[in-house]
Amino acid sequence: MAVDAGAAVPVASVSRSRPVGNEVLVSVRGLKKHFPVTKGMFRRKVGAVRAVDGVSFDIRRGETLGLVGESGSGKSTIGRTMLQLEKATEGSVVFDGIELVGLAAGALRRTRPRMQMVFQDPHASLNPRMTVSSIVGEPLLEHGKSSSRERQERVEELLGLVGLDPTHANRYPHEFSGGQRQRIGIARAIALNPDFIVCDEPIAALDVSIQAQVVNLMEHLQDLLGLTYLFISHDLGMVRHIADRVAVMYLGHIMELADVEDLYGDPRHPYTRALQSSAPVPDPVVEATRVKIILEGDIPSPSNPPPGCPFNTRCPDAVDRCHEEIPAWREVTPGHGVACHLAHG
Amino acid sequence: MNSPQPVLQVSDLTTRFNMEDGTVHAVNGVSFDLADGEVVGIVGESGSGKSVSMMSLLRLIPMPPGEIVGGEAIFEDADLLSMGLDDLRKVRGGRIGFIFQDPMTSLNPVLTVGYQITESLKVHQPGRASELRERALDLLKLVGIPSPEQRLQSFPHELSGGMRQRVMIAVALACRPRILVADEPTTALDVTIQAQILELVKDLREKLGMAVIWITHDLGVVAGLVDRVLVMYGGQIVEEAPVDEFYAEPRHPYSQGLLASLPSAAMPGQKLVNIVGQPPDLRAPPTSCSFAPRCPHVFDRCLQENPTLVQVSATRRLACWLDSGRDGPNHGR
Repeated sequence: MAVDAGAAVPVASVSRSRPVGNEVLVSVRGLKKHFPVTKGMFRRKVGAVRAVDGVSFDIRRGETLGLVGESGSGKSTIGRTMLQLEKATEGSVVFDGIELVGLAAGALRRTRPRMQMVFQDPHASLNPRMTVSSIVGEPLLEHGKSSSRERQERVEELLGLVGLDPTHANRYPHEFSGGQRQRIGIARAIALNPDFIVCDEPIAALDVSIQAQVVNLMEHLQDLLGLTYLFISHDLGMVRHIADRVAVMYLGHIMELADVEDLYGDPRHPYTRALQSSAPVPDPVVEATRVKIILEGDIPSPSNPPPGCPFNTRCPDAVDRCHEEIPAWREVTPGHGVACHLAHG
Repeated sequence: MNSPQPVLQVSDLTTRFNMEDGTVHAVNGVSFDLADGEVVGIVGESGSGKSVSMMSLLRLIPMPPGEIVGGEAIFEDADLLSMGLDDLRKVRGGRIGFIFQDPMTSLNPVLTVGYQITESLKVHQPGRASELRERALDLLKLVGIPSPEQRLQSFPHELSGGMRQRVMIAVALACRPRILVADEPTTALDVTIQAQILELVKDLREKLGMAVIWITHDLGVVAGLVDRVLVMYGGQIVEEAPVDEFYAEPRHPYSQGLLASLPSAAMPGQKLVNIVGQPPDLRAPPTSCSFAPRCPHVFDRCLQENPTLVQVSATRRLACWLDSGRDGPNHGR
């Protein structure tokens, strides 16, 4: 297949000077999340939406793992299930040596301060009746033992850290713009000095000029506080900028996972190639000359996935085997894994 | 690209919303021409006035609180802003087609796809029921919907997002419009589906030879689709340029900031360039440059006078005190 995928975009090697060791902070194995589909008065179970259908990956301390995919691919569900905001159907999530799946409520609550979340919609994720000070201070009240004086000082410090004016602490969310509201959400997420933050499409609702501000802030905080991110996004350009490694999801499965430059420079899965090829490039010269892979059809329903490889209904390269057998995960080069029968080392 | 006789000539379009807590100056003197068969991209962020200005052309904004204060929009020798409502209705959905961002809210959920396509045909080009059905079928084929006979009987919720947007396009194309106005039609779609729709629009534009106004905030989509770019900020057009010149050499500081803030523009391992500050509050009357508070090159005059859009070369217009009236390369890049 003649593909220009990565080559179309100027290659940038993303390496901010910060240490990412090999220490694994979060380890996910065989994670599944199925939502039951029920019918009738007695809520008889008639099927399941297989939102996440057996994924395994590690996140190293200090790195940003990008998670990309289209709507309905299960990427948000992974984030929520990892943080135990959804109960896993099957599988394991080990966070710094602690198995989170099935962990007792008290122990889970003690672990919560170390893992936080930044949500997509800064309008919906902040309580409109609470002041900024009480929104950012709430985790401190819940999990800390600080006096109200100490809390107030910490809130002011946090607002300063995310680039908001600490004198605005007594204002309400509606008095802020979208970008500022997302800063409030970030301040709340870092209030308890977490190790790990799941960022669920944190910039999707923001204007282009504001997206860059928020991403810069997140990178700055990562360097400053040694944070580990799971950065969930459908924006391949931004993921390329912020992530160290990237996982590509389709219909509840991870199709490919590699270092950011490997994934963009040498994509092995036909879906990864199509996804990159579909993303418009902001350069009319490139757009006029490059050959695009246009996929046919739509993403199938996760309540009724096709047999074999989940991508076989749209794959331009599919062979008979793809319709019968789910491809096993294998490493084509060290650190570059792919789930495709046709990918070779 | 500009043919001698433009199909649409908009001059000095001004729209305000008179709200309880003050007047919102949503569109402040927008002027542009559209040539026959040309694709123009209107780029801007939320609140920049890009949608309101296009909706104002067809008087589709709620009035009140909206009010079209002034301006002219000449289409086929008539002014859209002053013609009678009956005449305007013939233009809407007829000679000028509209596609909106969210197909789920712009299609009627209780009517079949077939009904919604023929509805527009009935109004503009009446015919026998069997003829109308035949033409609806042709339209569904034209926009690449599989098994179109069945789809005529489908309701919008039975279709995927991409298919719904194709239906919207079929509705908009039903009467062979001379201009198609598309308001962020791919924003709610996934990239692989967006790519399908973009290919479709390019293909249709060639087949049908219509002019297209494509409203978007996505600079990637614009690069691959349009002939000419209009950049809006604070309810005004701040820059106009042919697409290749725009990307090669943006001249308004806001355009420069926008292009520089894209992640693909960042050097390896560097921070993204961002535009400091927040979008403007449109409740203030436009007496100074609305970009001045965020502009890295701001000087006295920018705060005292609002720059007007002036011709700076044969193909480009610009509203900036720093650069207007001067030709040649610009500062800062």
